[in-house]
Amino acid sequence: MKKYIDTGKKDTRSGFGVGLLKAGQANPNVVALTADLKGSLKMDAFAAEFPERFIQCGIAEANMVGAAAGLAITGKIPFIGSFAEFVTGRVYDQIRQEVAYGCTNVKIASSHAGITLGEDGATHQTMEDIALMRALPGMVVLNPCDFNQTMQATIAAAKYDGPVYLRFGRPSVPNFTPEDEPFVIGKAIVMNEGKDVTLVATGHTVWEALQAAEALEAEGISAEVINMATIKPLDEEALVKSAQKTGAVVVAEEHNMAGGLGEAVAAALARKFPAPVQFVNGEDKFGQSGTPSALMAAYGLDAPHIAEAAKKALARK
Amino acid sequence: MAKSKQELQSIATQVRRDILRMVCMAKSGHPGGSMGSTDILTTLYFNEMNQNPATWTRDGKGQDMFILSAGHMTPVYYSVLARAGYFPVSELASFRQMGTRLQGHPSVRKNLPGVFQASGSLGQGLSAACGLAMGKKMDQDPNFVYCLCGDGESEEGQIWEAGMFAVFHKLDNLIAMTDWNGKQIDGPVDEVAGEGDLAAKWEAWGWKVIVADGHDFDAIAKAFELAKAGKGSGVPTMILFKTEMGHGVDFMAGTHKWHGSVPKPEQLEDALKQLGETPLGDF
Repeated sequence: MKKYIDTGKKDTRSGFGVGLLKAGQANPNVVALTADLKGSLKMDAFAAEFPERFIQCGIAEANMVGAAAGLAITGKIPFIGSFAEFVTGRVYDQIRQEVAYGCTNVKIASSHAGITLGEDGATHQTMEDIALMRALPGMVVLNPCDFNQTMQATIAAAKYDGPVYLRFGRPSVPNFTPEDEPFVIGKAIVMNEGKDVTLVATGHTVWEALQAAEALEAEGISAEVINMATIKPLDEEALVKSAQKTGAVVVAEEHNMAGGLGEAVAAALARKFPAPVQFVNGEDKFGQSGTPSALMAAYGLDAPHIAEAAKKALARK
Repeated sequence: MAKSKQELQSIATQVRRDILRMVCMAKSGHPGGSMGSTDILTTLYFNEMNQNPATWTRDGKGQDMFILSAGHMTPVYYSVLARAGYFPVSELASFRQMGTRLQGHPSVRKNLPGVFQASGSLGQGLSAACGLAMGKKMDQDPNFVYCLCGDGESEEGQIWEAGMFAVFHKLDNLIAMTDWNGKQIDGPVDEVAGEGDLAAKWEAWGWKVIVADGHDFDAIAKAFELAKAGKGSGVPTMILFKTEMGHGVDFMAGTHKWHGSVPKPEQLEDALKQLGETPLGDF
């Protein structure tokens, strides 16, 4: 199995911060807006280097979405940053009208996504954001897996012409993808080739899936691991190719069942190559306070649960 | 060249005729508010805005920009745009029909010249206008951004978020307007939501507030002149235009009942007669 080295734990939101700064240095049209979460979103470096291109909106997310759309119409490339719940659920209608239907080049930077937001608890832990953003026609949905990939995804989002939802998180997690690998929107990345079962993962669950694959290997099971960093548009070709090879699929995500990557994968396979699919996700529940790792285990999203799901999928072949 | 008061009146009358014919042909739409804000939009597009349909682009570079936050007032918006030369007047006949560029609420997906942003879900246009105004400042583009809201629409909290934002960021190139007709779908604004004194509220928010008669062309022109004079002050302007829903036709005027309902054929005939034909001609 291909070895991935954790080069030191880092938070993916810091990857966004670095990516935003680089995107800003590369293109003077890049601007950044936040709703009183500059520090949490790691926008400080961008704000310090480009104070005239950093816009503080106060705790008023709805207005921030509209203002960003207006800026985009004049030719700017706005990144709006807040916690995932507050840049999706709270402002769904604003994103729908001003960004998606309005065809504005706005990038939604969504931090603290999922259960690993941790101690703040369920009001702040959205497990529904992917569903909301996937539902919008034309919205690109990205969920990179570590610091390096989040940095690269941010740069790619700035270059892409159109609305992008960029999801990342709060906790420090292993950083294991190459620092200089350009992010290609719409392309799945096969992290490990295998023949018995396909593990499709996104965001923080990619590392967990790699750990699961190692554990499975020790038991003589060869798992293919796909990093589905682009959730929409889904790389159905890569997915089907892998499913055809292994005949069994697991989808792991830090999100609930409804409208998540799991359903997207199941729908694609139903149309193109029906195969048994097992789901590793938050099911139909709200989160709660706890440490990120305790929550990942309690909600069944970590490596042991992925390995267990793989065995179930194998048994259904 | 600026239009005379008589010319503006003639265009406004024709726009009201267009509005009624459009909603009757479509058997749907919002004539009441449209007729109430006709004099404002006519003045804006024919005398006030630095705009040119021939060189219009969605980014609005080098021109004034307008956002219809109260997106349901498409009948007046489309009529004024057509009469100002953005697209053929004959296209007004396609309003709300399958495949039309003249969607029920403004859309940017049909490449209709003159429309900068989608609107319809209320309370959002003023925020977009703030973004446009900020973009113009960043680009050192000296032109203005105009935005028309409804008074009923101002029950949306986002309007007040935008109100705070525009003052904090000193958007003195933003001229917002409220179609202050005191009516909304379910009845008089003060009976539906108790909105109270909008002038006092906007003043408290830190805006320069101008109250003007939205059916008096001299008063409308004066209000825009005062608003434009605010450039350089660091303060955005809100013009509260006192208007009458359904203005221009006796049985439609002053009631919320024509917010979103359409005259019957005999009512249309009566209304068109009241408005009188203009040299501009119907579509």
